[in-house]
Amino acid sequence: MEQSLEKTRLQRIFGSDIWYSFTHNPTAIISALVTLGLIFAAIFAPWLAPHNPFDLASISIMDGNLPPAWSAGGDTNFLLGTDDQGRGVLSTILYGARISLLVGFSSVIFSMVVGIALGLVSGYVGGRTDALIMRIADIQLSFPAILIALLVDGVARGVIPSDMHTDISIYVLIFAIGISGWVQYARTVRGSTLVEKNKEYVQAARVIGIRPFTILRRHILPNVMGPVMVIATIHLAIAIITEATLSFLGVGVPPTTPSLGTLIRIGNEYLFSGDWWITIFPGITLVVLVLAVNLLGDWMRDALNPKLR
Amino acid sequence: MFSFIFKRLLQSVVVMLTVALIAFAMFRFVGDPINNMVGQDTSQADREALAEALGLNDPFIVQFGRFALNAAEGDFGFSYKYRQPVSKLILERLAATLELSFVAAVLTLAIGIPAGVYTALKSKGLLSKGIMTLSLVGVSLPTFLIGILLILLFGVILRWLPTFGRGEVVALGWWTTGFLTASGLKSLILPSITLALFQMTLIMRLVRAEMLEVMRTDFIKFARARGLPDRAVHFRHALKNTLVPVITITGLQLGSLIAFAIITESVFQWPGMGLLFIQAVADVDIPIMAAYLVLIAFFFVVINMIVDILYYAVDPRLRVDNA
Amino acid sequence: MKLRTGLLAATMAAAIAVAAPAQAKTFKYAFQGDLSSLDPHSLNESFLLATLGNVYEGLVLYGPNLEIMPGLAEEWKLLTPTTWEFKLRKGVKFHGGQDFTADDVIFSWQRTLSEGSDQKVRGGQIKNITKVDDHTIVVETPAPNPILVQDLPYLLIMDKEWSEENGATNATSAAGDNTGNYANLNANGTGPFMVESHKADVKTVFKKNEDYWKDIDGNVTEVEFTPIKEAPTRVAALISGELHMVYPVPVQDWERLDKAEGVKALTGPEARTIFIGFDQGRDELLYSNIKGKNPFKDQRVRAAFVHAVDLEAIKEKIMRGAATPTGLLAAPQINGFVESLNTPYAYDPEKSKALLAEAGYPDGFEVTLDCPNNRYVNDEKICQAVTSMLAKVGVKVDLLAQPKSKYFGKVLSTSGYDTSFYLLGWTPGSMDVENVLSSLIVCQDPENKKGMFNLGNYCNAKVDELTAAIGSETDQEKRNAMIAEAFKIVKDEVGYMPIHQQPLSWGVSDGAEVNQRADNGLDYRYVTVK
Repeated sequence: MEQSLEKTRLQRIFGSDIWYSFTHNPTAIISALVTLGLIFAAIFAPWLAPHNPFDLASISIMDGNLPPAWSAGGDTNFLLGTDDQGRGVLSTILYGARISLLVGFSSVIFSMVVGIALGLVSGYVGGRTDALIMRIADIQLSFPAILIALLVDGVARGVIPSDMHTDISIYVLIFAIGISGWVQYARTVRGSTLVEKNKEYVQAARVIGIRPFTILRRHILPNVMGPVMVIATIHLAIAIITEATLSFLGVGVPPTTPSLGTLIRIGNEYLFSGDWWITIFPGITLVVLVLAVNLLGDWMRDALNPKLR
Repeated sequence: MFSFIFKRLLQSVVVMLTVALIAFAMFRFVGDPINNMVGQDTSQADREALAEALGLNDPFIVQFGRFALNAAEGDFGFSYKYRQPVSKLILERLAATLELSFVAAVLTLAIGIPAGVYTALKSKGLLSKGIMTLSLVGVSLPTFLIGILLILLFGVILRWLPTFGRGEVVALGWWTTGFLTASGLKSLILPSITLALFQMTLIMRLVRAEMLEVMRTDFIKFARARGLPDRAVHFRHALKNTLVPVITITGLQLGSLIAFAIITESVFQWPGMGLLFIQAVADVDIPIMAAYLVLIAFFFVVINMIVDILYYAVDPRLRVDNA
Repeated sequence: MKLRTGLLAATMAAAIAVAAPAQAKTFKYAFQGDLSSLDPHSLNESFLLATLGNVYEGLVLYGPNLEIMPGLAEEWKLLTPTTWEFKLRKGVKFHGGQDFTADDVIFSWQRTLSEGSDQKVRGGQIKNITKVDDHTIVVETPAPNPILVQDLPYLLIMDKEWSEENGATNATSAAGDNTGNYANLNANGTGPFMVESHKADVKTVFKKNEDYWKDIDGNVTEVEFTPIKEAPTRVAALISGELHMVYPVPVQDWERLDKAEGVKALTGPEARTIFIGFDQGRDELLYSNIKGKNPFKDQRVRAAFVHAVDLEAIKEKIMRGAATPTGLLAAPQINGFVESLNTPYAYDPEKSKALLAEAGYPDGFEVTLDCPNNRYVNDEKICQAVTSMLAKVGVKVDLLAQPKSKYFGKVLSTSGYDTSFYLLGWTPGSMDVENVLSSLIVCQDPENKKGMFNLGNYCNAKVDELTAAIGSETDQEKRNAMIAEAFKIVKDEVGYMPIHQQPLSWGVSDGAEVNQRADNGLDYRYVTVK
């Protein structure tokens, strides 16, 4: 930890209760390290991975279905074995985690932005706007996220010319998962906004003529960020799982650029065949990633909720 | 109160219509139904004649109008694939899905609430921490993988439980039940656990969080100060106050069991509506897809409404908001 | 937690109590798809027809090896090049007790041509049927047709009386304007099994017809069919001993099945050929970076492609040794198969590169491969492998793998053959090469319903001429010579890239014996349960 004489923002964080709670919670530290490690591995996959599984010219089907390096018949070139197409499982996991995390983070940010914006407006403006937004939320709540994502994905594939599918399928997926998750943010933010709006300091700010946008940004937004961060962390885990489930239903990313979910779906077919490494390693990676994120979210909820401390 | 219910009813109708419209609009893009309805040798002319007979060549608004009008009368048309009335097919499948969801709901509540209470009361205990971590592993595994692993363990390796289907069912009028036979009950175990696991952890964590929060409130401290025994404080005061929000959210979560059953049903070949739906998506059986979505929307609208009314009845503050 | 343990314990107890031996003569099996209808004229699809072939029968039947055997007709002979006489079997009764007569044949043929029937192509092979007496008919064909009988096993015969009584004189239409056709949910055939109960997509139970006109080899008295969509669930149901047979089994699971106790994989080459086609019709290739021309019109480019693909590697790695690499679009089980042309194109990437350079594409080009991902055995994986092999000779292939409903919606005539490079599989419905030629190889001719599945419009006038002659030539030797000539031209011009005959892949428990037919059909006549 860096020690600086000035009271920087960084120091404020390190000096805060949250930081204290973090450093005194081994679970939180471990899960944060695991999450960061996986994110790091995913970002630097092109340099870390022994092979590039997306480069079709470099993979050879004759390397297919090799067991991990330590078992009989394994090849030290492929530490965790290869899948049916001859791609190294270790490399596909690194590249796959990259896609899973990209889809996860992007769709969470997407939901968050849409949800916060609509929630703030809904709570602050009230009246018909509020009613309209909340009814839309109700309609959307009429469908479980997975069904919405399935349908949005289906429509997008229908509307967009099919030769562009492989290029844009990832964005379609982000949009589909993102759009299915905004309601929770909107409801939470709206609730907090309703509470904050009637507090004296906001009333005062309003009276002295500060513009609504500024009030929302300066006074209300910081107060709702706590619960939003908690939702976002848990949502990240859900988004990654949703992506995997969509892959299972056959509407995920193309198999030539697989995500962790696609890898598990492909590996699923090999569960009975004895080629366990094709599904077990991506499976473990996914569980570890989601578990770490969830634990982090758990800790964050407890830490950010002053009533629980 | 009545005007409130009336308003909600009106909104519900709008919701249903919107869902139907959106659902219907999407089906134009899921693929070409004709190809699944004929063999490879069927001529082009016959294929076109079939599309014409099905009204697939009509303008979108005409197709939707026809669908909405018929649906309002409970007529969802004929399945392209099974050539049977959709309402009949769905009715046949309804029992399977509802029974599965019911058992899953019972499991969810019977395990989720006690576990939540326990982990809240003994939040520092080793067992609680174990349960919390285990519950997280549960949500970290995709449902389909849990299902396959359960099948592998209990169906293939141990051979205790059936790997697919509903077993023997008994027909009670149009309703078929698996509750009355041994094989029916055995068949329910794996799918209902698979389906319940996610909701179970959700409810457990919710109960825990609410309970922890209530335990911090002044009136609990006051109750303790009065020297009431722990038991009374925990169950008469804390749990009771926890349950109000829990019940309402549980209502919504249980509704989504029915929808989440899609994945469980495909993994276990459970002959319910979800399986019918996912099969219909693969076959582009538009009438089944449309009917299923409208039905799911209907379930949710009803549950939403009940929850709203419950909220309204329980929490007087809301009445002010709505005035 | 306690509750859950208790529940499990209770279940275990129940499991032990109920684990009685399986009923002696009931055969239970699962297939990936479902029996969508019981109407034999509703959908022209091989699973439906093969399954209903246990309940309904045609004038002729398929034997265990797809050979034609007498069925409801005892014998037949050609009277003139366009008329046949069939002697019908006497004393045959439908399941409902009605007598089988010439009227039923005429009625059934007319029903195949009715509104809503998907058997019009089969029915259309016949111009007229005249009744000579109750057990003799004369069948007239529109043109000389040496293979008429080949087309008859699946022209299934229904009872006229029964259909009329129940208002099922028209085939069950997919358009659904008939309010619940009786024949859709009920069956009344002459076959060795009757439908006991049927719930579409859930379960169908068949019972042995004790009054069947012939003794059958098998010993089962009851058959229970369940569809199971997910492959892992299907395999689990077999290994766990709940079912006697499941199919298809993923090829990678064979080893596991053979190792597992009490089950085995039953495999063999299917009559279905998997191949890749090129768009040779358009002047500019769709979905490619080559503008203004179509590289696939150049025979050297097509040759470069076929030499770049290592069929042995696909066989070994993707199909686990189970496929049969092929050089012909027709499998050995198909009538008219040409042994000498079945050698695949040699795998030679150097030659492939040289050919591409010679054709003016030394650095290759880009093209999109359309591929189904739930239609054929490991279809998507084959496409992936082809994509990677072509990348090695410099061709950049974008793989567009989609579920079959979307795939077929894109590549077939309904969307104007919207593809430039595609994977397809074909089993001729008549089990004769003429169907292969007229569906896949002759020039597209929508008016005469020819070349409907020649998606890339490979076109050669000589081949068209030969195909027409093959269709009506009754001299087998001459016919075979013409077939060989036609296929030789296609092969020399590299009209297609044949991949392999895909394997039949069934999983069977040791408690049962079945006959695996090359069209993937299960005939209950040959099923024995121990």
